[in-house]
Amino acid sequence: MLKTLRKIASIGLISEPAPAPDELLRVRRAADATIAAVLGRALCIRHVDAGSCNGCELEIQALGNPYYNLEGHNIRFVASPRHADLLLVTGPVVKNMELALQRTYAATPDPKRVVAVGDCGCTGGILGECPASLGRVANVIPVDVAVPGCPPSPVRILQAILTAIQA
Amino acid sequence: MPLRRWWDRAQPVTGAPHVRGLGVGTEDWLQVARDVAAAGGVLHALWMSCAAMGDHAVQERIVYGAYLTDTGVLIVELTLPAAATQTYPGLEGIFPAAARMQRAAHDLSGIRSSDPDARPWLNHDRPYEFVRVDGEGVHEIAVGPVHAGTIEPGHFRFSVVGEKVLKLEERLGYTHKGLEQRFTALPILQGHRLAARVSGDSAVAYSWAYCQALEGMSGRAIPPRAAWLRAVCLELERLANHLGDLGALGNDVGFAFGLTQFSRLKEDLLRAMAAVFGERYLFDIIVPGGVAIDVSAAAAGALADVVRAVCTETEELRDIYDEHEGVRDRFTGAGRLEPERAARLGVIGLVGRASGQARDVRVDLPDAPYTELPVAMVVEHDGDVASRVAVRFGEVRESGRLLTSLLSALPDGMHAVEVGVPADGAFGVGLIEGWRGPVLVALQAGPSGSIRRCHPHDPSWQNWPALEYAIMGNIVPDFPLINKSFNLSYSGVDL
Repeated sequence: MLKTLRKIASIGLISEPAPAPDELLRVRRAADATIAAVLGRALCIRHVDAGSCNGCELEIQALGNPYYNLEGHNIRFVASPRHADLLLVTGPVVKNMELALQRTYAATPDPKRVVAVGDCGCTGGILGECPASLGRVANVIPVDVAVPGCPPSPVRILQAILTAIQA
Repeated sequence: MPLRRWWDRAQPVTGAPHVRGLGVGTEDWLQVARDVAAAGGVLHALWMSCAAMGDHAVQERIVYGAYLTDTGVLIVELTLPAAATQTYPGLEGIFPAAARMQRAAHDLSGIRSSDPDARPWLNHDRPYEFVRVDGEGVHEIAVGPVHAGTIEPGHFRFSVVGEKVLKLEERLGYTHKGLEQRFTALPILQGHRLAARVSGDSAVAYSWAYCQALEGMSGRAIPPRAAWLRAVCLELERLANHLGDLGALGNDVGFAFGLTQFSRLKEDLLRAMAAVFGERYLFDIIVPGGVAIDVSAAAAGALADVVRAVCTETEELRDIYDEHEGVRDRFTGAGRLEPERAARLGVIGLVGRASGQARDVRVDLPDAPYTELPVAMVVEHDGDVASRVAVRFGEVRESGRLLTSLLSALPDGMHAVEVGVPADGAFGVGLIEGWRGPVLVALQAGPSGSIRRCHPHDPSWQNWPALEYAIMGNIVPDFPLINKSFNLSYSGVDL
């Protein structure tokens, strides 16, 4: 116990300030501009892997480390789309995940936002479109913000999330 | 016939050291498998010449098996007659891991093995029947494909009584994206980029295995400096993944402190990697002929300092984990995979080493620089979550030691050389011990710099079925912990 406390005390606070939103990442402006008014700055995210290589997942997980301190910015990941305000979707949407993604989107209450993460989510990436894969996320559900990168850094993903909830 | 006789008849295959290929007929296909099993070898991979569903362009239909044995990797080729109804003898009775590989191969090629379990695997358009457990009070819990955490999609069907798990059945294939077909559309000198994305957490292992196969086919040896820098990348990848897992395992037993500390250390390491290579996960750093970026002496020194600091702190955290009664209580005895069962299931890699299966490509079949830099294999025998944690702690220490040696004595010379296009029909195999276990890439060249066929193979194929055994008799709330202690790839097997 003493070692644990000493460790916590010796590291101190290492969280970095949140980046500014980046309007260049915006794909479309949603018709309902109410999301900021409804949510304030509290945001619940449901992540959906629609067929990624798991590279983007590593960076989404990194958002939770003490440097990026996602929860310190009032943002957290939730276990069900029914609790979510925003879907963070990775990968090209593969055929075997198309239905699961559509159902997850339908289960997310309005107003909601969708952020497509990574080159595959933005354009289909190196995997492209083929009989087994439908390509970019916007081919299957409406996308508000898309952040490229293979994988995009945690800072870029956070910027995309903050852009999506800006009215 | 003892394995030695098959090995002596086989022809050398280019790429990784100690790989040989052998063409057999249907009658010998099973016999080779039996002889490999008798000699203590395991089936690593099974695939077919067809790369995609409905791929009728491939006239010649070949089933490939890759065995890991004490003498080396034996690739066995079974060429099937053109008749459409032809089946081939299934290996599932000898190597249980073959079952899913054969079902996946059937979905892609339309050619069935003799296994009576003819359910689809990658093809989700066809109906699927789970194995039902009957009895008083038995009910099912269905989980996925969309999971509660930031992880990949898959479906788990638990049959339980109260909290106790009687049976788990996995249904994977959700991230099947036609990866093998995609390879055939890329120039062979560009395929390493797709290989790195078979399973993003093993980018270095896959791109190295791909390049190893390609360089063998082109007859181009890489300079020593390139080999050493590749090993630096591979050990960094191992370190980063182990740190992430150690934190997540702490979190899964309610010790959030562990996640906070290990995720901090992992981020420190990733930033140091990005400072040197420009990539946090080293995507596209391993390229045909060497590595994309050379490392200055100053950068190597700075990286070594971070590695040392991270490893020193990991030892402190190991003490904290070891002394924490709650953590110890949850780790010990959970998700036990006994050594005998691990051997029977052919479990490999990290999970295998935690169940007494002492295999590590870096030790058993080393390529440069591991030929000059012996690796101390970390093996545990209890096969529970605590053992898989202990193997990770041990490998963090060992990778730290290797990195210190590698970075302090990088050979002079070039970090990359040109690699030519291999001849049409050339075949090569790469085999690299990634953080999860051995990663195999079988590559065949097509005409004028194209890829005829590329099959990347993840150790998760063997280890997913073992998870179904490890969870038996445990309680449902321990599944996330046990699953994380395996930490298998979905993308790597769904392809």
